Amino acid sequence: MDPTAHTQEEISAQPRAYWNPYIAGVALGLVLLGALVVFGRGLGASGALTRFTALGLHSLVPHWVTSNAHLGGYFAPGAHWWDDWLVFEVVGVALGGLAAALTAGRLVVGVDKGDRITNRTRILFALLGGTIVGFGARLAQGCTSGQALTGGATMALGSWAFMFSVFGGAYALAWFVRRLWT
Amino acid sequence: MIPIHPSVYVGYTLAVLTGFAFGFVLERAGFGSARKLAAQFYLTDMTVLKVMFTAIVTAMLGMTLLRAAGWVDYDAIWVNPTFLWAQIVGGLIFGVGFVIGGYCPGTSLVAAVSGRLDAIAFLVGTSVGIIGFAGVYDKLAAFAQRGGERRMLTDWLHLPYGVVALLVAVMAVGMFFGGEYLERRFHRPQAGVKP
Repeated sequence: MDPTAHTQEEISAQPRAYWNPYIAGVALGLVLLGALVVFGRGLGASGALTRFTALGLHSLVPHWVTSNAHLGGYFAPGAHWWDDWLVFEVVGVALGGLAAALTAGRLVVGVDKGDRITNRTRILFALLGGTIVGFGARLAQGCTSGQALTGGATMALGSWAFMFSVFGGAYALAWFVRRLWT
Repeated sequence: MIPIHPSVYVGYTLAVLTGFAFGFVLERAGFGSARKLAAQFYLTDMTVLKVMFTAIVTAMLGMTLLRAAGWVDYDAIWVNPTFLWAQIVGGLIFGVGFVIGGYCPGTSLVAAVSGRLDAIAFLVGTSVGIIGFAGVYDKLAAFAQRGGERRMLTDWLHLPYGVVALLVAVMAVGMFFGGEYLERRFHRPQAGVKP
């Protein structure tokens, strides 16, 4: 018996349906518009994850972080690692996601994966994919939230280039990793 | 005048509330599921495309109306500076990681708080990737920092803001029809993806 069958079944047992994608899109667009109106800045995720990563690393190897050209600025004199609205926004994202999953009956401990791979394979590929995404997001100075979504809505030229590159990279590789998902 | 720029503590509170709404919508859109996100790249479920472009068009048209009313100082709105080649190469790398890992940073956070262990692994990986980038930053800085101007689609196309907003909206509607067609063409019933 496949040891993963149980958790998959639990995840599949979803009592509350997802929103219609166009309704969800309008809701997401209004949240984004609200952020632009109030803060003059859009939504984001990877920027805050960078700051949390810098914080964690700073507790282990402080000198490496403070002397690093990419992360050191967060710990420069007068700077604070948390001093960015994205840090607070991302705390909200976690709380909002938790509330939504809880009230939808989707708060289930398990592994989300295609049917043809084991949990261990999925975890390893999630680690690998996350590592690649983290690197790419830093190079592009943002992710699907800060670049594609926000930059897309504010008509930033480079963000549009990023968005089409993300789809391009993903579609180009999809066939080769189809075993993971289909 | 827009943007409002609230005072510090009001701003932090509003930031948490904005994020709360963002995370809530992401989860309800189905973005806490790696399989649903990855299905975008197998043309079986085009939810990512639909949600994303509806959101972009909604925010863009909302901003167009606010601008037309004269309430927005658009120079005070943050527009991501364009580092064209870093964003193209970074985007390609990001896309590769997306289809391997099944999430992007924001959606992995939503999935992690929904109890998905693979999303926690993805987040750990994201931190590793960020540290890796920081580790080689000295070698990449010249490439990564090339550019940096505030360039918009309006500058690129030499068209007024309202016209570009309309073109983006028309393109999005075209993509929605395409997406609906592809879903009907490639849809396979898949346990766990559809509720």
